[in-house]
Amino acid sequence: MVDPMSLINTRRGWTGFSVLVLFALFPFLADLAGEAYYVTFLTRVLIIGLAAVGLNVALGYAGMVSFGHSLYLGVGAYTVAILSDLGITNAVLHLSIALCAGIVISALVGLVCLRTTGVAFIMITLAFAQMFYYVVVGLRQYGGDDGMSLSARSTLGSISLENNNVFYYVCLMIVALILWGVHRMSRSRFGSVIRGCKLNERRMAALGFATLRYKLLAYIFSAQICVVAGFLLANLAKFSSPSYLQWSMSGELIVMVVLGGIGTVFGPILGAMSLLLLEEVLANFGLPIPFGVGKFIQSHWMLLIGLFIVITGIRVKDGLAGFMNHRKRVS
Amino acid sequence: MSLVLTQLLNGIQLGSLLFLLSAGLTLVFGIMNFINLMHGSLFMMGAYFAASTFSATGSFFIAMLAGIGGAALLGVVVERLVVAHMYERSHLHQVLVTFGLVLFFNELARIFWGPTSIHAGSPGAFSGSVEIFGSPYPSYRILIITLSLGVAAGLYFFIRHTRLGMLVRASASRSDIASALGVNVVMLKRCLFAFGAALAGLAGVMAGPITSVQPGMGEPILIMTLVVIVTGGIGSVRGAFFSAMVIGIADTVGRIYIPMLLRATFERSTAQAIGPALASIMIYLLMACVLALRPQGLFPVRHG
Repeated sequence: MVDPMSLINTRRGWTGFSVLVLFALFPFLADLAGEAYYVTFLTRVLIIGLAAVGLNVALGYAGMVSFGHSLYLGVGAYTVAILSDLGITNAVLHLSIALCAGIVISALVGLVCLRTTGVAFIMITLAFAQMFYYVVVGLRQYGGDDGMSLSARSTLGSISLENNNVFYYVCLMIVALILWGVHRMSRSRFGSVIRGCKLNERRMAALGFATLRYKLLAYIFSAQICVVAGFLLANLAKFSSPSYLQWSMSGELIVMVVLGGIGTVFGPILGAMSLLLLEEVLANFGLPIPFGVGKFIQSHWMLLIGLFIVITGIRVKDGLAGFMNHRKRVS
Repeated sequence: MSLVLTQLLNGIQLGSLLFLLSAGLTLVFGIMNFINLMHGSLFMMGAYFAASTFSATGSFFIAMLAGIGGAALLGVVVERLVVAHMYERSHLHQVLVTFGLVLFFNELARIFWGPTSIHAGSPGAFSGSVEIFGSPYPSYRILIITLSLGVAAGLYFFIRHTRLGMLVRASASRSDIASALGVNVVMLKRCLFAFGAALAGLAGVMAGPITSVQPGMGEPILIMTLVVIVTGGIGSVRGAFFSAMVIGIADTVGRIYIPMLLRATFERSTAQAIGPALASIMIYLLMACVLALRPQGLFPVRHG
């Protein structure tokens, strides 16, 4: 068991602690600035960041490059949407049913996908996500192509999730809890085994580990984090749409993980924050650059995001988290 | 009977397009160990180049040359600027970089040709239809099938029976040793990438008149192409050919007959609810079954 005080005593612990305080105070700061919109934005960052954290468990720790994690976002989001449509609104019920569905689906999908390795694994995970995308598009009674809106957020006893600030704190708590869980996992025996599988699976198998079982567990665990993120995402927007399952979503999650730092606990959140912030800034580009460049950026920001991703892929090795750690080591 | 035949031909025609795309993709992967998601963008750009040229000149032949040449040129530029840096990197980074390129080219198409689809004219000589076993079939689709079969035969001859093809096979199995024996592997890779891009461009040119030419048109077909090469066995052109046909036919025929079968067995409402969904996931189920039984695909590449 890690003593909480010992965490704060290190420099890194201090950084983490102050970041947590900043996050906790954010709604008040946004209220003071009169920009309540930013609370919703930060909630979205946290949720998408959570999905990236989930992907990172498979991708960063276990070395399974899944290009289909948007599938699990979709499972979470659509469970909420379909259950609300049936008149069930309890958040705990939503989440547990979503997780059950997620476990069954990810176990089946994982079993087939893990028959392959390398590029085939990348492509088959993508194909499965695409398959569920088409299933969802085919569900005409649940909105089909257009998606469906929820009449209200899930209910949680006496706590009203309808308030954006309350919902933000619930998300923050869930994210903090899962980050702690991932941190513990990475230090545990299980974490060591899956990292071993990433480095050299054959050697791990020779040491007597049932590597398939460990990898499958890691895959299921990582998928469940995305299911939770999907559950929160549908609640945040009060909307569930096939676009959550689109392959570009899986791609963006990979970008976030690589940008933030593969195989680090906080990296994916950092990556999500940078990418979403960049998108937000470019889409609302207000700088008066002459010759219509400002206007051009505002309407064609995807061009710059594409270039940004290309450069990230070519240049970034350790990600933002790695960059920060490196600076700390130097100073 | 005529419906079956027409659907079968439609399936073969889709398979032909898929083969043109997957041949390039699987060759690039087999030789360079490079996973190229922007193959679909090359397909899209080929279609755009051809559509613009056709409306400017009115000649489908020139449009075809423009589409193929433009895509090949684009392939060369992208290879020099971006892809060449990525051969030694992990698959993860390759996926990332080519994913960024997909977004980039989609937006580029939106800037130059607008967000809506543009019209791609079809050649006048192939606007009619021909009789096949008593049922009419569009001759343009026959042209696609013929072209693709020609490419398949040409590729088979090139890889199996020419010196250059031998070098390609040598580089695929051990590029370091091929290089040590004096083969200019870098140049070979560059040419092969451009060749794959040209095939993608050709597929785009041919697909233009029968689908809509719009930003993002390359993505659905790219994902089908990935299904094809995974099912066929990554790196194998022969596997790509057969599985392209299987996938093409399964998708087309499935879309027609699965809803019909469901309507015959279930109630109307149930059939209408699950029919389209089930039909569109047919090929993915097929792939999952193949991989569950043969993880290496139907035609695994044997090196050495």
